[in-house]
Amino acid sequence: MQRFEKETGLVLPLDRLNVDTDAIIPKQFLKAVGRTGFGANLFDNWRYLDRGEPGQETTRTPNPDFVLNKPRYKGASILLARANFGCGSSREHAPWALIEYGIRAIVAPSFADIFYQNSLKNGLLPVVLPEDTVDRLFQAVEAEVGYALTIDLRTGQVLAHDQEIGTFSIDPFRQECLLNGLDDIGWTLRHEAEIRAYEARRRREAPWLFGPEGSRV
Amino acid sequence: MGKTLYEKLWDSHVVRELPDGTCLVYIDRQLVHEVTSPQAFAGVRARKRGLWRPDANLAVADHNVPTKDRALGISDPTSRVQIETLGSNCRDFGVSLFSMDDVRQGIVHVVGPEQGATLPGMTIVCGDSHTSTHGAFGALAYGIGTSEVEQVMATQCLLQKRSRTMRIRLEGTMPAGVEAKDMALAVIGKIGTAGGTGYAIEFAGNAVRALSMEGRMTLCNMAIEGGARAGLVGVDETTISYLAGRPFAPSGALWEQAVQAWRGCVTDPDAMFDREWVIDVSTLAPQVTFGTSPEMVVPIDGCVPDPTRESDPARREALTAALTYMDLRPGIAMVDVPIDVVFIGSCTNARIEDLRAAAGVIAGRKIAPGVRRALVVPGSGLVKRAAESEGLDRLFKEAGFEWRDPGCSMCLAMNADRLEAGERCASTSNRNFEGRQGAGGRTHLVSPQMAAAAAIAGHFVDIRRPY
Ligand code: SF4
Repeated sequence: MQRFEKETGLVLPLDRLNVDTDAIIPKQFLKAVGRTGFGANLFDNWRYLDRGEPGQETTRTPNPDFVLNKPRYKGASILLARANFGCGSSREHAPWALIEYGIRAIVAPSFADIFYQNSLKNGLLPVVLPEDTVDRLFQAVEAEVGYALTIDLRTGQVLAHDQEIGTFSIDPFRQECLLNGLDDIGWTLRHEAEIRAYEARRRREAPWLFGPEGSRV
Repeated sequence: MGKTLYEKLWDSHVVRELPDGTCLVYIDRQLVHEVTSPQAFAGVRARKRGLWRPDANLAVADHNVPTKDRALGISDPTSRVQIETLGSNCRDFGVSLFSMDDVRQGIVHVVGPEQGATLPGMTIVCGDSHTSTHGAFGALAYGIGTSEVEQVMATQCLLQKRSRTMRIRLEGTMPAGVEAKDMALAVIGKIGTAGGTGYAIEFAGNAVRALSMEGRMTLCNMAIEGGARAGLVGVDETTISYLAGRPFAPSGALWEQAVQAWRGCVTDPDAMFDREWVIDVSTLAPQVTFGTSPEMVVPIDGCVPDPTRESDPARREALTAALTYMDLRPGIAMVDVPIDVVFIGSCTNARIEDLRAAAGVIAGRKIAPGVRRALVVPGSGLVKRAAESEGLDRLFKEAGFEWRDPGCSMCLAMNADRLEAGERCASTSNRNFEGRQGAGGRTHLVSPQMAAAAAIAGHFVDIRRPY
């Protein structure tokens, strides 16, 4: 997992409520068996005027009205979004696509639970700020070409022009993992003995969950 | 003070708790499908450790499978690779798999309960958000991402935080023509698609007690559309009698022991929830969505709302965008909206009871001439077989419906079953997002009876009245 400490970057505003993961990465791109290659199809239905298919070689026609295609937001690494971002399907392809496109943090008033967790597990930082702060940010981004934010995970600060415009919090455990680029599996395997002990107790209490030793399902 | 069902399930699965409340939680069952598992299997392979407990996993291909002409194989090469990859991964790691030619194959959330692989008191996960379905059995069940799928494969555990608890009590006797799907849509209309975010929702009340397991699954299935990762219904006799004799359910002395434990999978009378809602369903009307989010829903006798009446600017804009996408003018009565396609299927509504309900409204009639396609896609091979033994397939076929093989099909249109741009569909699935059933396609979520009636009439109808 990629570490996250502090990110300063151009802000890309996506002014829509309830952006779902089907919109972030449409289903036809989920047929891949790897973790990469999704960035080019981020927001595919909104981003291009023609329909995209996996493995397409032909050049696509970008939708000039979609914010991702506006030259002033090229190279953005911080996505500014509205409430309930990432709702819908559990596809982790959504954070994979965002990361591959170059997004490192998302600022929104709220996130859908599964998307929030999936992002953290991939080093993509979801930052929750109050609704009115997010409103002001949308106005500020609109008003100023090149508007950038700094997000500091250690202090939980969001800064613009060196001024604090909001603070956010995140579970200490998740913060540690992000700061150090630690993944959950590595951490969990350090507690192998405890898991075995739990399992042994559970096998006694609820033997029907295990079936005969060594059997399938 | 007593505990809620959620708290009982959570507490009994905590292996270790960290100071900030993050818990290492043990997972009893993982259901696996072809779309969200390949990267997880690849991760496990790279760690060279194998699966922690292969027997805790059960796999089935559903999202990508063709629903007709299966003998010809899978024509889409990328889908074929994904399904073959699931097969080879399951072989390599010793995971049970129901392959495409197995009568037990079907949508993962239909297959688990049908096989008795979903049991009360369990923690159940799957790389699919509609895993909330299994909560109908008094199990803690929720969707996870692929990194978490890999973690469960490798460690049988997840690192998570406790959810807040919400109880939604549905009280009253449901009128004729109103189903669990309508309850689910009405709940989402009320709490909103983010209303349950951060919560596990327990559905209670006499209207829930009166539901069959199929109905409870429909309700819990849609909990995620209300933002909640998990939906729950406490165990009662309906739960227990559904499970008796299922292939993966315990039998003999173990069954007795299990049933005794399962009776405890209920909320204590004096337990407290963080949030409670009470909804009277005795006057509930069949529901139909008009927009691109499940919360954009009205009763069938209602009209498409007017965005200019919405005071919140962000919501007004969302509503306007939705109506543009759906090509609907404000003020139109829902019963006047014509449809092109009907889809009866998905993990929300493709169980035997759903097919019976849909077949029941056909009553020897034919689908309307304007309806281009009407598909019935059973949730599993066993549902299909049961329906055929009751003659439901004949009823559907004679009316002009196509009778397909089981899979996710047009619920998400990853296979060949999809809407063309501009087509309008009455669908028994769970998501009406833009492009969900095919790029440019327009989805209206309804119950199986409402979908079948719309196929006959060629537009939405109020099934409570003659049409
Ligand atoms: S039927 Fe639809 S919602 Fe259910 S698992 Fe399949 S794609 Fe997901």
